[in-house]
Amino acid sequence: MNGPDRIFDDRTPGVEENEPSASFLSYTAGLALAILATIASFVVSQTNLLWAPGVPVGLVVLAFAQIGVHLVFFLHLGSGPDNTNNIIALSFGLLIVFLVITGSAWIIANLNANVMPTAVQSSH
Amino acid sequence: MLGRLSWAAIPFNEPFPIISGAIVLIVILAVLGIITVKGWWPYLWREWITSVDHKRIGIMYLTLGLVMLMRGYADAIMMRTQQAMAIGNAQGYLPPGHYDQIFSAHGTIMIFFVAMPLVIGLMNFVVPLQLGVRDVAFPVLNSVSFWLTASGALLVNTSLVIGNFARTGWMAYPPLSELPFSPDVGVDYYLWSLQISGIGTLLTGVNFVTTILKLRAPGMTYFRMPVFCWTALATNMLVVAAFPILTATFAMLLLDRYLGMHFFTNDRGGNQMMYVNLFWAWGHPEVYILILPAFGVFSEVVATFSGRGLFSYRSMVLATLGICVLSFMVWLHHFFTMGAGANVNAFFGIMSAIIAVPTGVKIFNWLFTLFRGRIVFRTPILFSVGFMVTFVIGGMTGVLLAVPPVDFVLHNSVFLVAHFHNVIIGGVLFGVLAGYNYWFPKAFGFTLDDRFGKASFWCWIIGFYLAFMPLYVLGMMGMTRRLEHIADPGWRPLLMIAEIGAVFIFLAILCQIAQLYVSIRTREVRRDRTGDPWNGRTLEWSTPSPPPAYNFAVMPRVETIDAFAEMKRRGMPPLEQAYEAIEMPRNSATGFITAFFAVITGFALIWHIWWIVILGLLAATATLMVFGWSETREHEIPAGEIARMERARLGLGWPG
Repeated sequence: MNGPDRIFDDRTPGVEENEPSASFLSYTAGLALAILATIASFVVSQTNLLWAPGVPVGLVVLAFAQIGVHLVFFLHLGSGPDNTNNIIALSFGLLIVFLVITGSAWIIANLNANVMPTAVQSSH
Repeated sequence: MLGRLSWAAIPFNEPFPIISGAIVLIVILAVLGIITVKGWWPYLWREWITSVDHKRIGIMYLTLGLVMLMRGYADAIMMRTQQAMAIGNAQGYLPPGHYDQIFSAHGTIMIFFVAMPLVIGLMNFVVPLQLGVRDVAFPVLNSVSFWLTASGALLVNTSLVIGNFARTGWMAYPPLSELPFSPDVGVDYYLWSLQISGIGTLLTGVNFVTTILKLRAPGMTYFRMPVFCWTALATNMLVVAAFPILTATFAMLLLDRYLGMHFFTNDRGGNQMMYVNLFWAWGHPEVYILILPAFGVFSEVVATFSGRGLFSYRSMVLATLGICVLSFMVWLHHFFTMGAGANVNAFFGIMSAIIAVPTGVKIFNWLFTLFRGRIVFRTPILFSVGFMVTFVIGGMTGVLLAVPPVDFVLHNSVFLVAHFHNVIIGGVLFGVLAGYNYWFPKAFGFTLDDRFGKASFWCWIIGFYLAFMPLYVLGMMGMTRRLEHIADPGWRPLLMIAEIGAVFIFLAILCQIAQLYVSIRTREVRRDRTGDPWNGRTLEWSTPSPPPAYNFAVMPRVETIDAFAEMKRRGMPPLEQAYEAIEMPRNSATGFITAFFAVITGFALIWHIWWIVILGLLAATATLMVFGWSETREHEIPAGEIARMERARLGLGWPG
């Protein structure tokens, strides 16, 4: 748990006097990596560099890389003093997104379970 | 120029909306007139409308919720009366189109503009005080949240006289809510008012998660937080996770209605079942968003009025967090009959039943706290005990409905209606009323009258049982929900009993108003000069009643759970302390002005008046940007001023 000194703050709530300012260098590195991931996505989708069926996979990988770059360089995940909160919040968010997406996919795919196969159904 | 808006939008030929609308308009004008004549506008503007004080905002939320409760109740008694009259050959007094609007408005208002403002109001008032801090993390954002919620409420009520409300039920399922089947403005009123208030709710969630995680009194570790703060944390995490789903779903329906897209249409690849799925992916967490703070209130009330600490604090916290996660794994039980196969239904049925386990843990914890406690039977504990009995019944019928084969028989019947009113009235509303009676002296400096409080409790509980137990029976007899006309005269006796129950609830509301009136009249004899009228256990009771704007002249140091009880046990800190200057946020009109433009934009969107939409959006954005670039957002209360106020309080009692 956080020690008393970390929680204690006798200033107006919401005002941080000493923002944990990441260095200019790390922001620049983040920006460069983000641009790189963006350009790479266009290259993957617009050229024949990747084997055609592998393109979606490549895009997904690059999307996750982009998320990772944003989390680390811009949202300072992993460098803040009270990292625990951030990690817990992120994992809660991931859990909820996972539950809603997989749950929805499972439910929607299953909604025809009680429907008799008909000509209309099979034509889809 | 005015889009779809014309004189035809005002229903001159329908007596009910016009008469009730006229009465509401006259009351509003009368109130505004009194304020103008008495010259109260500067006071209201300075102390309330532009206030960013979490206590003031909390009180405004509660006022909004209680006023909208009247509106929601008016809808309820109209429906009960229609169902008691329109049996067999009789047709009742409401035409179907109007009846459909009433049940849609009743559900929408009671969930979004009664239950939500009430629980958010309690959290606003209580959480910073319990955490031992001076305000929430983002005070101006808090004011923006409140005024956006009020904007949504205003838009819903506007539909009473200008145009009409949705006739789709409070869930607005497509395809009925799509343009071809609901071509008028009803569904647009529903969607835009909920989008606007939804932004406010989401911002509240962000604000409170940040407040609870980042701002706590020195020494207030997670496992020393009062249970109400834990439930507020869980609730606001659910708000942050769930409300974006609702906003996105409504946005897709709006695209369907405004731009002819096909997310939820029958044709061109749309899938209306996806709307139902997404709506309840928000909707089920939503019921826990409402009930968890109520659980928190009961935890505080039961511990305080039993004169002892809560039984098994840690299991209470774990149960809260367990419910928080589980609430995202059960949503299909709202549409078992939509077509999913046995595997899916079984999974979500079992998950739904599992949620009863942590809830049961909580019930036992409250029982064991009461057991051998020195219970003081004031109004809040009556609501708590009434809750425990009533909520267990509602929980049982919920577990029953979680069994898919049973749900196939009872779904869409008034058995379901009885179930969710059982948990919402017996749980959320009783919780809010317990909290209202419990924290009122903290907010206003005098206690509420106990006789009228108890009378209102008995009217609420008798009214609830009379109004909803018959619906369980009628549901099992096959009565479906939302009936405008009842074909079977055999149901008449039970419907009459339900009508009598609704009248008892009216008496309960009257007792509530009388309680407030009597208490204000006799406030001098019921003043709370100690700040601790109930022998409380948590930090809010260590402040004077009402607390000063800065809450705590000196930040409290917390060493245990139930921090204030521990302080009293060890002996209070010295009365005179070394005071330091306190920096507080300045008042801001940002919230009110943003909400003003939000109302105008929402109204223009509903009526397709595009030039106002553009102007309104620009103005709202400009307001926020002006705030964003402002330099002086805080002011400092000098140490001498604080010392003067604290001495006045300690020596002569709180001035007032």
